[in-house]
Amino acid sequence: MGDMTIIRKEGLAASIPVALATVTIGLTFGVLAEPLIGAVPAVMMSALVWAGGAQFAAIAVVGAGGGLLPAALTGITANVRYLPMGFAIAPSVKGSLPRRIATASLLTDATLLIGRGDDSRFDVPRMVWATPLQYLGWVGGTAAGALGAGVIGDPGRLGLDVMFPVFFLGLLLPELRGSSRRRLVVAGVAAVVTLVLVPVAPVGVPVLAGACVALTGLRRPRDSEEDRR
Amino acid sequence: MTTWLLIGILAVATITVKSIGPALAGGRRPPAAVERVIALFTPALIAALVVSNTFADGRQLVVDARAAGVAVGLIALLLRAPILVAGVLGAITCAATRMLLG
Repeated sequence: MGDMTIIRKEGLAASIPVALATVTIGLTFGVLAEPLIGAVPAVMMSALVWAGGAQFAAIAVVGAGGGLLPAALTGITANVRYLPMGFAIAPSVKGSLPRRIATASLLTDATLLIGRGDDSRFDVPRMVWATPLQYLGWVGGTAAGALGAGVIGDPGRLGLDVMFPVFFLGLLLPELRGSSRRRLVVAGVAAVVTLVLVPVAPVGVPVLAGACVALTGLRRPRDSEEDRR
Repeated sequence: MTTWLLIGILAVATITVKSIGPALAGGRRPPAAVERVIALFTPALIAALVVSNTFADGRQLVVDARAAGVAVGLIALLLRAPILVAGVLGAITCAATRMLLG
């Protein structure tokens, strides 16, 4: 069981940079949402939905005067990348159906990336242990933002939201360093696809489209391209 | 009332969309082609998240203090700094740039 302690620490430790960024974004959400839906609903939303993309998207519609249906649909669209993410971790998620659903509900961008192992495997215990700090940061940040909006001022002041993209880059670079040309190309194309779609597609779709560049993996690689590990 | 309905719908929808994969295909080894896609999924998703978190503001593309922060963070990472250090350096840069730009 010494292995489990290591995995626990790895997961927790890896989630620290993300947790910091999460608090900032949570603060921002709390500050934005409180005048629109109230402090308690804002905190409950973060606690129950736990998806920044969907929450911001839905709140934006509410703020613009939209009703329940457009707000809900916009929020759901913002989450659409979770569909392939779920299928990506599926082979590694074992156990009974309730257990698999419970594990899946802990999925976030950061959790998935922290949990990834070689190629197509994901370390579920590590993913699970990467969750608590993120969740606490998200709900706590929202509460602080919703309840202390006036006091805190602009959460962007500390620039902590930048920790998300830097964190993601930090995970991407080792992947790309020793890797096949194919991964580099896929990452590059994904970046371009995402950028191009941002102005023209609903929020959530550009990232999904970028991630779907991975579908080029369906094409059998020529032997010279394939990396063997 | 509508607010709670919205929260409820989003909560159920979020868990559903996260769970469909593991519910339908959990624990099973997929065909080799699908495994190749999953292996490529991580670099693609990360790249997409990095650019959207750096340059997207809703449906607009902007180059702002975040870009400066991410650039500094990237340089730190390339110089083999730990992620947390690179993140903090990026945050400081972003905060300073935001302050300077007003």
